[in-house]
Amino acid sequence: MKRFIARRLIQGVVLLFMVATIVFFLGRLTGNPVDLMLPEDATAEDRAALVKTLGLDEPLLDQFVIFVGKAAQGDLGQSIRMKQPAAEAFFNRLPNTLVLIPWALLLGMALGIPLGVLAALNRGGLLDRFAGTVAVLGVAMPSFWLGVLLIFVFSVELGWLPSSRMGGPEHYVLPVITLGTFLVAGFMRITRSAMLEVMESEFVKLARIKGLSETTVIWKHCLRNALIPVLTLWGVFVGNLITGAIVTETVFAWPGIGRLTYEAVIYRDYPLLQAVIILKSILILTINLGVDILYAYVDPRIRLT
Amino acid sequence: MAVAEQHPPAAPEIPEPHQSFWRSLLNVRSSAGVRRTARVPWIPIVIISVIVIMAVFAPLLAPYSPIDQTLRDKLLPPAWMEGGKDRYLLGTDQFGRDILSRLIYGARVSLLVALLALTAGGGVGLVIGVVSGYVGGKVDAVLMRLVDAAFTFPAILFALLLAVTMGQGIGTLVIAISLLLWAGFARVIRGEVLALRQRDFVQLARVRGCSSLRIMATHIVPNVLNTFMVLVTLNIGVVIIAEASLSFLGAGIPPPTPTWGLMISEGRGRIAEAWWVALIPGIAITLLVLSVNLFGDWLRDRLDPRLRQL
Repeated sequence: MKRFIARRLIQGVVLLFMVATIVFFLGRLTGNPVDLMLPEDATAEDRAALVKTLGLDEPLLDQFVIFVGKAAQGDLGQSIRMKQPAAEAFFNRLPNTLVLIPWALLLGMALGIPLGVLAALNRGGLLDRFAGTVAVLGVAMPSFWLGVLLIFVFSVELGWLPSSRMGGPEHYVLPVITLGTFLVAGFMRITRSAMLEVMESEFVKLARIKGLSETTVIWKHCLRNALIPVLTLWGVFVGNLITGAIVTETVFAWPGIGRLTYEAVIYRDYPLLQAVIILKSILILTINLGVDILYAYVDPRIRLT
Repeated sequence: MAVAEQHPPAAPEIPEPHQSFWRSLLNVRSSAGVRRTARVPWIPIVIISVIVIMAVFAPLLAPYSPIDQTLRDKLLPPAWMEGGKDRYLLGTDQFGRDILSRLIYGARVSLLVALLALTAGGGVGLVIGVVSGYVGGKVDAVLMRLVDAAFTFPAILFALLLAVTMGQGIGTLVIAISLLLWAGFARVIRGEVLALRQRDFVQLARVRGCSSLRIMATHIVPNVLNTFMVLVTLNIGVVIIAEASLSFLGAGIPPPTPTWGLMISEGRGRIAEAWWVALIPGIAITLLVLSVNLFGDWLRDRLDPRLRQL
């Protein structure tokens, strides 16, 4: 188990290094990084100061070492627009996104898993086709458009729910639905195929031979085992949610890291974007590592691969 | 990721060597075997055809210029609504531009980006998958680690980064979206090649002294083309949504060029007074993606049912 974790950790660090390398070189190879890093009305002194701090008069490789060294100490540069350290801006906004994600995940599972089980039980039947339609539609609708549609129906026409910003529980409903909808399809599909596989297995036959009730067999024996592959997808889904939050938070003016990413893009705030990308990668890698460890703990066969 | 590494090394039913893509599409028995073949999805095919025709003949079909502004006619509702004018079937936006015309021209962007990105991303994935699967060993190990890395890392962040550093435009967009695609292609195609490599006709070619390059080009690639085509079709929707999302976020093709994502983005601020500006392009996206996905599902069942797990 320790070796497994160590290997995953090393992979994570390598990946992070790759991300940092790409971010760094993209910033240098295209034009003058000073223009990217400073506001347009920056003075000559500002420019000279930045050249010095980033070591832009040094060879490229030295600059890279400076960049990585600073990043390792948590210094990811200064946001142009917010006039504060980019990492600080990120961590100020992070909690607002983290409160959204568990609800979206919960929504995806609460609808997706039962739907997947029912679809597997009714394979080829009406319910299966209904679930299939839900899955196909959930994937075909761009989530930003779904958000706009929900605002139109529930905020503008019906006036039931607020359309933007953070606030009481009613503010969560529309963003969570927007963020969670594509997960319903994902959870549904994976639960369905995992259930179909488990239902064929020997121990399920045994459970039936033992005379256990069908409810116990399906919801206890089958579902428990089918949930293992569902669990691994958590990592992928949380990663998707973190990126999906860019669009959702933009639509609902939700002050999280997704909205921050959008602001960095439209205001061309390169230092902020660079910091957001590196920190988001760390976040996603950590979550993936956590899920992998959890998975290896639940299913010992995984540790050997 | 742990799940993805468990690709079955051997696959039982592989289409006959050199069976052409079109032949196996038309041949009912081919890869579908005893499976009941699904009905041809005519409605999706019609929708796709209409949108493709719209895109190709945009200048002939669009009633107005997609970018000329007629401020006197701004925010007119669709023709069937009260206050709508017959001249503007789907209404106008805040600059008095005809929504129908913008929708028709927007189809061009969506389909062009899809075509280019799938060619680039799919092509790279095909090459990497074939080389990785056929050559094996260390090359395979390194390439597959890269694929795993690409899967862990969200490509949309790179797309945003590229838009900021390289500037917005179709080239940036295509590169960004290709980054999203190649790994999926590479992984599936590698799995296919691993099985193909063991087959007699490949072994024979090797015994006859064909070079690896030749074997890959003439024996391997033609036999993974079915899979490749299925992957392409199943990914069209992914590309269209990615393009629309990037346009929506201000990282796609810059205005005033009409794209569906940009139209939604421009219209969402006025959703209370003019819902049609933002909602109509979304209906177009959903219909198109739904259609290509249903068509892709049918094609997959027809050409390569083993890909069902995807």
